[in-house]
Amino acid sequence: MLDSLVFLIAGTLAAATPLLFAALGETVVEKAGVLNLSIEGMMAVGAATAFTVATLTGSHVSGFAIAALASALLSTVFAILVLFFLANHVAAGLAVGILGLGLSALIGKNHEGQTISPLSDLDMGWLSELPLLGKILFSHDPMLYLGIVMIFLVWWLLSHSKLGLIIRAVGESPDAASAIGYPVILIRFLAILFGGAMAGIGGAYLVLSYTPLWAEGLVAGRGWIVVALVVFGMWRPLRIALGAYLFGAVSLLELFIQGMGFSIPSQLMSAMPYIVTIVILVIMSRNPRLIQLNHPASLGQSWHRNA
Amino acid sequence: MSALLRLRGITKVYPSVVASDRIDLDIQPGEIHAILGENGAGKSTLMKLIYGVSQPDEGEIQWQGQTVHIRSPAQARQLGIGMVFQHFSLFESLTVAQNISLAVKGSIRELSARVEETGARFGLPIKADTVVHSLSVGERQRVEIIRCILQNPKLLIMDEPTSVLPPQGVQQLFETLRRLRDEGCSILYISHKLEEIRQLCDKATVLRAGRVVASADPASHSNESLANLMIGRSIEPPPHAPANAGDAKRLLIQSLDHVPTDPFGTVLKGISLHVSPGEIVGIAGVSGNGQNELMRLVSGEELHSAHHAGELSIDGTCVDRLGPLQRRTKGLGFVPEERLGRGAVPELSLSLNGLLTAYRHGLTRLGMIRFGAARKFARQCISDHDVRCGGEQSLAGSLSGGNLQKFIVGREIALQPSLLVLSQPTWGLDVGAASNIRRALLQLRDSGAAVLVVSEELEELFEISDRLYVMFDGHLSPSLTTRDTSTTQIGRWMSGEFLQETITGASDH
Amino acid sequence: MAYRLVARTETSLRAQLLVPLAAITLTLLAGSVLFSLLGKSPLAAFHAFFVEPLSTRYGIGEVLLKTGPLLLIAQGLAIGFRARVWNIGAEGQLLAGAMAASALALHFDTTESVWLLPAMVCIGTLAGAAWAGIAAWLRTAYNANEILVTFMLSSIALQLLYYLVSGPLRDPMGLSFPQSALFSDAALFAPLLEHTRVNNSLYLSFGATILAWIFVQRSLSGYKLLIGGLAPQAARYAGFSEKKAVWLGLLIGGAAAGMAGVGEVAGPLGLLQRSISPGYGFAAIIVAFLGGLHPIGIVFAAFFMALIYVGGDMSLVSVGLPNSSATIFQGMLLVFYLACYLFANHRLQKVEIRH
Repeated sequence: MLDSLVFLIAGTLAAATPLLFAALGETVVEKAGVLNLSIEGMMAVGAATAFTVATLTGSHVSGFAIAALASALLSTVFAILVLFFLANHVAAGLAVGILGLGLSALIGKNHEGQTISPLSDLDMGWLSELPLLGKILFSHDPMLYLGIVMIFLVWWLLSHSKLGLIIRAVGESPDAASAIGYPVILIRFLAILFGGAMAGIGGAYLVLSYTPLWAEGLVAGRGWIVVALVVFGMWRPLRIALGAYLFGAVSLLELFIQGMGFSIPSQLMSAMPYIVTIVILVIMSRNPRLIQLNHPASLGQSWHRNA
Repeated sequence: MSALLRLRGITKVYPSVVASDRIDLDIQPGEIHAILGENGAGKSTLMKLIYGVSQPDEGEIQWQGQTVHIRSPAQARQLGIGMVFQHFSLFESLTVAQNISLAVKGSIRELSARVEETGARFGLPIKADTVVHSLSVGERQRVEIIRCILQNPKLLIMDEPTSVLPPQGVQQLFETLRRLRDEGCSILYISHKLEEIRQLCDKATVLRAGRVVASADPASHSNESLANLMIGRSIEPPPHAPANAGDAKRLLIQSLDHVPTDPFGTVLKGISLHVSPGEIVGIAGVSGNGQNELMRLVSGEELHSAHHAGELSIDGTCVDRLGPLQRRTKGLGFVPEERLGRGAVPELSLSLNGLLTAYRHGLTRLGMIRFGAARKFARQCISDHDVRCGGEQSLAGSLSGGNLQKFIVGREIALQPSLLVLSQPTWGLDVGAASNIRRALLQLRDSGAAVLVVSEELEELFEISDRLYVMFDGHLSPSLTTRDTSTTQIGRWMSGEFLQETITGASDH
Repeated sequence: MAYRLVARTETSLRAQLLVPLAAITLTLLAGSVLFSLLGKSPLAAFHAFFVEPLSTRYGIGEVLLKTGPLLLIAQGLAIGFRARVWNIGAEGQLLAGAMAASALALHFDTTESVWLLPAMVCIGTLAGAAWAGIAAWLRTAYNANEILVTFMLSSIALQLLYYLVSGPLRDPMGLSFPQSALFSDAALFAPLLEHTRVNNSLYLSFGATILAWIFVQRSLSGYKLLIGGLAPQAARYAGFSEKKAVWLGLLIGGAAAGMAGVGEVAGPLGLLQRSISPGYGFAAIIVAFLGGLHPIGIVFAAFFMALIYVGGDMSLVSVGLPNSSATIFQGMLLVFYLACYLFANHRLQKVEIRH
């Protein structure tokens, strides 16, 4: 019983980490007033790049770094479309998402179905040796801890820093922000790049730690769950993190329930994350006032400076 | 003494108009300088050029004797130019101090202290930790002014600042501006209100159609001579026969409470009003006191929250649960405040915009659109109301504000409403277009329709309405007969005094 | 001399026609760069992509075979998109239609009635509409974002399909393959062109195109949906119900996708299996945009997209291009289309600075 508890908690943390990175990135993007729906594609590019680079160089660190770069690069396509060509955010997100899925298949085509040694766990000396707690809390890879650090970093950025104040201002009223002299387009551009890099790291974590292998389509809708997570969390990093861990737990349920000997069609278990997403989305969206109070007022609207 | 700001030959061309045409302007240190002109004369364009929001196509700007190219508002502020916008540039979800920290250096705590101290010094009381969406429009203006003052400007641009203030607030603002001038800050004061300019300003530059037509000392002119300079022709106010109102109550609202779905909207409390056939009823008040919320309730765009008290009826039938369409079948016509995107769809032609509310009047057959009939209807609206455009196939977005408004009003009148409700019908229109619309409303009234007008412009309401209500903080005053009341009384009520007064002071018929 | 971007004062048909052509041209250019980087000759690749499919009767048949579902789904989606109702789960609605029709076909596997196929079309269409209807219900009753819900429903539909072909609808006589029994002839569309796989379901797509044209260009309902998309405030002002627009937008898209699903199982497949659609539901999103959300434009866009599909398969064999090329092409098309679209309602104006 204890063993399965350890497995459940440790597994939840690992399963949640890819979602966490991407969702925190998307939070910053949406706070700046941009709706980027291409996360699925950016995570896929991040995953394929990370796997390819780590396989070729043997360095997981390079894998993560280049994945972040590659996804950020892809997100510039999105940024150029919505910021300079004033494209509809939804359509541009779909376009770049599809492009990303195609590119990921191309990047990873020589490694389809291969595995890789997962990112090694951090050795925290006596902490990792602790009974129970050591396994649950102190025996993970460094990126998982970085994810936790990012929760607080993004939270601090958005609610306590000057830069965060500017991002929120741009997301609420780009006209007003521009009138008092902030470079709206530049700030949105940087936010989109950050979101892209974070989605790339999320994708990289997927293939370098969580399931250390590459296969086309391996992101499997996580990018869309991330978009939903930001809504669940009402654009607040701490609540979004909570949501990510909840989803981590849901995706483990399949293994767990099979382990307990219940016979439930495996397809139902595979569909569970999507069903849970819909259910929570319905619960959280029911009150339009609540959404209106929290969501960035200019979210998803094209903006350009009037000359 | 050399000028603080000097413009020479400033020209700005927009696709369809020359918004600024070879403008020369000198502003001396420590003067309040008025830019006077009617709507559309190019005042706002000029301000945007000075504040770096846009750049002139031609001409030269000198600041303290140096030629400058002001490429952005940030650069303008660095030079010492501040601006208080007509439509405020504050962030609703942030506090006063956070808003100010976006423009002024310093920690939130330090700024909070400075905000309240500066506020006290210039007669602009405000609490620094309030979230902006809970402030009234007048309080927001204070925040904007304080934000500018904290940047130690040498020149402060005020764009139509009194349109959001009740008359007493105007005097208070003038006091603040004079104190600022006495501390050495020049003020560029943009307005089309002659009385204010004569009271406040040391100098006036008059614009007409993008050109400087006169430079004057406002104190030595009468309102009439300033008006002649500004408009260049005289406009007769429309004939105004007394109302011939019946006793029937075409629109009746009884003690209605309403919490709007927009969390930043104004809560309506105990609203009662009626409009009878054959009269024009005005609702005065500073914007943002619940007029928009009331209009949405009357038009049916927002439904009256069921568990709140009160009722709304048209010709005696309760319409609480009816949508806009069903209310239209009961004779309601409505002209909303926003022309683009609400009253009309900018991306569509006028003939398709006519269809928007007129489709039930024979413009469809078996669910299919009769395009010929729709074009004919639009052509009729265009010719009846002198809409200047390229024809019924022009996109609504390509028309000037005044012409689009004439089209929308024309469309609603063509549907022969028995009750027409209008929100800010002449906002931003030039004198000619505004007077056309007022004349059309009086005609409609005389044909027996009931008309309800919400407006910020007191003069307009006094010109056309038979009875007046005043709106303040979600409350509606008792009604006053226009002929028996004064702007002073309405002004006092606009800051909520009717809430304390007893009903006996008002005539309610 | 400088240029500035100004909004057009009237709609320009020429610009609207040029936008997709420019997008295609740019895609081909970017594609050449990509192919060169992969060490393939762009000319050979384009030959494989765009000429080979059209140089044999079989190839043309294949292109038409894929044009059918793309055209049908895109017509449905475009109606929703014009109203800014974002149904991105057509893939799932297609599967719902395919599953429902298959269940009917397998249940009446011995019948020879001519009514079986029409019944399948009806039930499949209804199933697609119902699957999309879930999203409409959740959006109108609970304000749940339809983009996310339609996507999630699409993933759920796929799992449901896996369940059905490995359980309830699996061929009892079959080997261990997760697929159903073959449909009887009464459950199949008749061939349309000899020596190709094109079948009568193509008529459904062209019928839908005519209906879509009437709906979009002529009907009051189409006008109301358009207003809801262009200016939601104006729609509310005029009293056009937003809920109705959401329902209509999603149901029409779902119905079209469901019908397309029937066309697949009762057409080239002839049975229910794990893979039914090569991503028609997603590609149709691109087709709808590339066609300018206009019923006639969509016909050309669907044909072009089908060409990319077939060309992708052929180039895989003849030039050795990776099978992801088609997806990349699709993505690039939409990216370039959206970039060029700016010029459909804006134009560059020459600004002369006088001194």
